[in-house]
Amino acid sequence: MRKTIGLAAVAALLLSGTAYAQQINVKIGVLTDMSSLYADDTGIGSVIGAKLAAEEFMKSNPNVKVEVVNADHQNKADVGSNIANQWYDRDGVDMIADVPNSGVALAIAEITKNKNKVFVASGPASSDLTGPKCAPTTVHWTYDTWMLANGTGKAMVKTGGDTWFFLTADYAFGHALERDTSAVVVANGGKVLGGVRHPINTNDFSSFLLQAQASKAKVIGLANAGGDTINAIKQGAEFGIAAGGQKMAGMLVFAPDVAALGLKTAQGLTFTETFYWDLNEGTRAWTKRWDKERNSPGKLPSMNMAGVYSGTLHYLKAVAAVGSAKDGKAVVDKMKQLPAEDSVYGKSVVREDGRVLHPAYLFEVKKPEESKYPGDLYHVRATIPMEEAFRPLKDGNCPLVKG
Amino acid sequence: MITIFGIPSAALFGQLLIGLINGSFYALLSLGLAVIFGMLNIINFAHGAQYMLGAVAAFLMLNFLGVNYWGALILAPLIVGAIGIVIERTFLQWLYKLDHLYGLLLTFGLALIIEGTARNYLGSAGLPYALPEALRGGQNLGFMFLPNYRAWVILVSLVICFGTWYAIERTRLGAYLRAATENPTLVRAFGINVPVMITLTYGFGVALAAFAGVMAAPIYNVSPQMGAELIIVVFAVVVIGGMGSILGAILTGFGLGVVEGLTKVFFPEASNTVIFVVMAIVLLVRPAGLFGRGT
Repeated sequence: MRKTIGLAAVAALLLSGTAYAQQINVKIGVLTDMSSLYADDTGIGSVIGAKLAAEEFMKSNPNVKVEVVNADHQNKADVGSNIANQWYDRDGVDMIADVPNSGVALAIAEITKNKNKVFVASGPASSDLTGPKCAPTTVHWTYDTWMLANGTGKAMVKTGGDTWFFLTADYAFGHALERDTSAVVVANGGKVLGGVRHPINTNDFSSFLLQAQASKAKVIGLANAGGDTINAIKQGAEFGIAAGGQKMAGMLVFAPDVAALGLKTAQGLTFTETFYWDLNEGTRAWTKRWDKERNSPGKLPSMNMAGVYSGTLHYLKAVAAVGSAKDGKAVVDKMKQLPAEDSVYGKSVVREDGRVLHPAYLFEVKKPEESKYPGDLYHVRATIPMEEAFRPLKDGNCPLVKG
Repeated sequence: MITIFGIPSAALFGQLLIGLINGSFYALLSLGLAVIFGMLNIINFAHGAQYMLGAVAAFLMLNFLGVNYWGALILAPLIVGAIGIVIERTFLQWLYKLDHLYGLLLTFGLALIIEGTARNYLGSAGLPYALPEALRGGQNLGFMFLPNYRAWVILVSLVICFGTWYAIERTRLGAYLRAATENPTLVRAFGINVPVMITLTYGFGVALAAFAGVMAAPIYNVSPQMGAELIIVVFAVVVIGGMGSILGAILTGFGLGVVEGLTKVFFPEASNTVIFVVMAIVLLVRPAGLFGRGT
């Protein structure tokens, strides 16, 4: 399933023989979900994100040769670990990017640390990656469960949604999201009335929705993702959740999910993301580049894909500054020193614990009549500055942070 | 308020009704499987993919041809059923005399190909499909809010299930069909075109799956993997009911919907596994299934 893209480049390099003194070779592996529930939020779109960053960087730094490979982890931690080991030990991969699915990502973070490579985690959600499980070789881009909970949870409580009922996916990610959101709700004076833990990939939510209705909570928090979130929202509309005066809060919603629901069903939904293609000139221009590579009409880039691009670009800058990609920890240390800036995420900061700080946005899905052109999905309701968007350094319990 | 096991009785009635509604999907799907297995001896693993095709066909027809839900309810089963007939003529007809495993492997492979192709062209996040205008809203029954669409699902499912059972078990055509499965040579001697009858039966079973797919499109996420998630449960339903027993498939479908619904109240974490626990117990006590005729 693996595609080797730069074979030609490598061959040319071997033939030329007269490499520059400063020639740096970097190999990046995009480990992602190519075929299952997160494939539209990451997958091939993430690979394109990495390629765009590589091309852009090579143009301005001709002495750096970047090769991008990719593989499908099938949402299985063992499959992902095998690929990572092979990439690091045999194929000379220096950095792994993306990795949606927190379960797989926690395994990759551990392997990367042991082999002193770099993991730019732009796909996974669990805030533990920069908390108790932080590593000197992990950089967590894009988002995490704390930031989702903080952005959406706070906004809901402040607008009167002070009693909550959770529908939670019954695995590591859902538990983390529920835990982080409950904390935010309680801290802002709200109350959690109860919740249900449903198995991942649940088809029918009607039973859980009845329980949520019976709880009389003002907000039904969806601590799940992908198909589960889509099914819950679709059936919530059918069961008249909004008509009964309750609001649904999707804690993790991606642009492709909104497209899957359709504006008619999704309208009014409020959630937090760090990227939206139509945010500003920079994101629109980048989306045009992405779209040209993707070549599939109607597809929109998600925040993860933008995160792969942004993270890869900053990683390459650090590699060039260090002069080699071989020492993973040295590269990550450099990433933490250098200021990060690109057209998609603007200015970002890589913190001591590996958390990347950038602004987050509270979005609301438009009504069908407000949508002026294809892909016109969101209103920006609030911008959360980077200092407030993510968990304070001292609360993370990351062993790397002293004092 | 009266409570049963700590749950208000009103809530319990609501959950029972929800269970019946989900059961009607299980019944519709397991019915098609039971017809195909009972008549053709083929374990149709492509059933989930064909169910997905029904839902996707409804989406494509709405967006590219302007055919609404009601049109799709008739056209999608016809189109997907026709695809089923092509599959039967080109592949399955060579397998009837072989072991069940060959049919299973072939249809499993077909399912992977169909789902992979759909994912390649449509992505995995899903496709929007709105509720039909006439079935929006719902009734307040006092103990629960019943969306009109769910009431429609249960009604249609009952009609289709009963109709199919009646056609196969109580009509002359059904008698021919059952006789053709038992002894095709003898039935052919009476001047009945058995291969055509078998082909049409497979087409009908596939059309049932597509029909269920269209029924599901407005309430479940329409995505290439929607069938793969459901098919395993439906197979468990068929095994519990007794492979090939039509009445068994219907009754078990509804019954297990209720069992699953109640599990979602008392122990939601187990709601995905409860059907397999029931299956294990039934197989231990009655290996041929609840309504199976034995071998």
